[in-house]
Amino acid sequence: MTQRRSYAVGTGLFILLGFAALAYLATQTTSVANYRQGDSYTVKARFGNVGQLKLRAPVKIAGVRIGSVSSVQLEPDKLDALVTLSIDKRYHDIPDDSSAVIFTSGLLGDQYVGIQPGGSPEMLKDGDELVLTQSALQLEDLIGKFLVNGSGDASKKPAANAQDHKPAGGS
Amino acid sequence: MNARFLRDGYVTDALAQIGAAGLFFFTILGAVPKSLRHFRETVRQIWFVGAMSLVIIMTCGLFVGMVLALQLYHTLSIFGGTAALGTVVALSLFRELGPVVTALLFAGRAGTSITAEIGLMRATDQLAAMEMMAVDPVAYVVAPRFLAGVIAMPILACVFNALGIFGGHLVGVTWLGVDNGTFWGNMTANVEVWADVINGVWKSLAFGAVVTLIAVFQGYTTPPTSEGVAYATTRTVVFSSIVVLALDFVLTAFLM
Repeated sequence: MTQRRSYAVGTGLFILLGFAALAYLATQTTSVANYRQGDSYTVKARFGNVGQLKLRAPVKIAGVRIGSVSSVQLEPDKLDALVTLSIDKRYHDIPDDSSAVIFTSGLLGDQYVGIQPGGSPEMLKDGDELVLTQSALQLEDLIGKFLVNGSGDASKKPAANAQDHKPAGGS
Repeated sequence: MNARFLRDGYVTDALAQIGAAGLFFFTILGAVPKSLRHFRETVRQIWFVGAMSLVIIMTCGLFVGMVLALQLYHTLSIFGGTAALGTVVALSLFRELGPVVTALLFAGRAGTSITAEIGLMRATDQLAAMEMMAVDPVAYVVAPRFLAGVIAMPILACVFNALGIFGGHLVGVTWLGVDNGTFWGNMTANVEVWADVINGVWKSLAFGAVVTLIAVFQGYTTPPTSEGVAYATTRTVVFSSIVVLALDFVLTAFLM
């Protein structure tokens, strides 16, 4: 009987160890706070181009995370991207004329939605839409413009000959 | 010729094995309520199957984490991306290495002993004796071991992951000099509870069920000779490894 009990105690300790390890992994190696989706409200925003904005990308004000992107879909009649932002209830004092901009963290990092606060006395409510938006900055567009505009320099190289018929500075 | 090949060929044998193992799975599930009446046996098996495997799991987890950090540090430093070391170590452990390596070690450490134990019971007619005494050997012998494997595997995988993170931290931060805050900060920013940590737990649950099912099935259906038990033990390791790696691909494709 005592031997059996020692098995039971050992097994209990083993299972506790498992839960301790799981709790350690879940709390120390992840940011649990980011996934408390419980009390949040949603705000919509339309963008001409969302770039590589992904589901669950962060929504930030002044660099501080206040929520996440809960859906990205095409609006069929206007053919622009409708992005739904779910913002933590704690941050309910956002003026309703704030603008939403898609930023890239770092040069090649992930994209996130930055909200730049406006000055309206009215605050955003659940289901509101942010009217002022600015699309994602497309790195390849920038490079394209740079190549076309810099043709004076580039035309010296034979590889850039194809660019010569195009009007320089056309865009 | 084809018909004969089908009648006593490898293909039909393999199919018959898979079918029998599948039916055996449902037999075990049917016997689980009965086996829960003497739950102490399951507790004892968790001790033998799980807690006794802790040493090998912890050692291997530590070394896997350490070697992961060492290898990734040198690759990442080519791109100047050593800041991502914590993230990459944690994600590789949680998503793949933790569940898979734990399952392979578990098959070698616990699966073989389950097969050998049940196989010897079969070879020495203990299972037949139980049946004669109207004791259901599936409920009394097989189901507790199966339950113990399914319960122990996620626990072992979590311990493996925790030790792996510790080992990665030891090499990455203490030895190679990645900044401590960067290591943890990037890790916590990119690892997600449900998509990564719990995903790994689901995987290891599935691996636990599959590895223990193969182990008890091989033991239960072994030819009752010493050679048969030896083959059954070998087959447990071979089949478990193949099935775990194949199932890992399928689960990853579905869970991603």
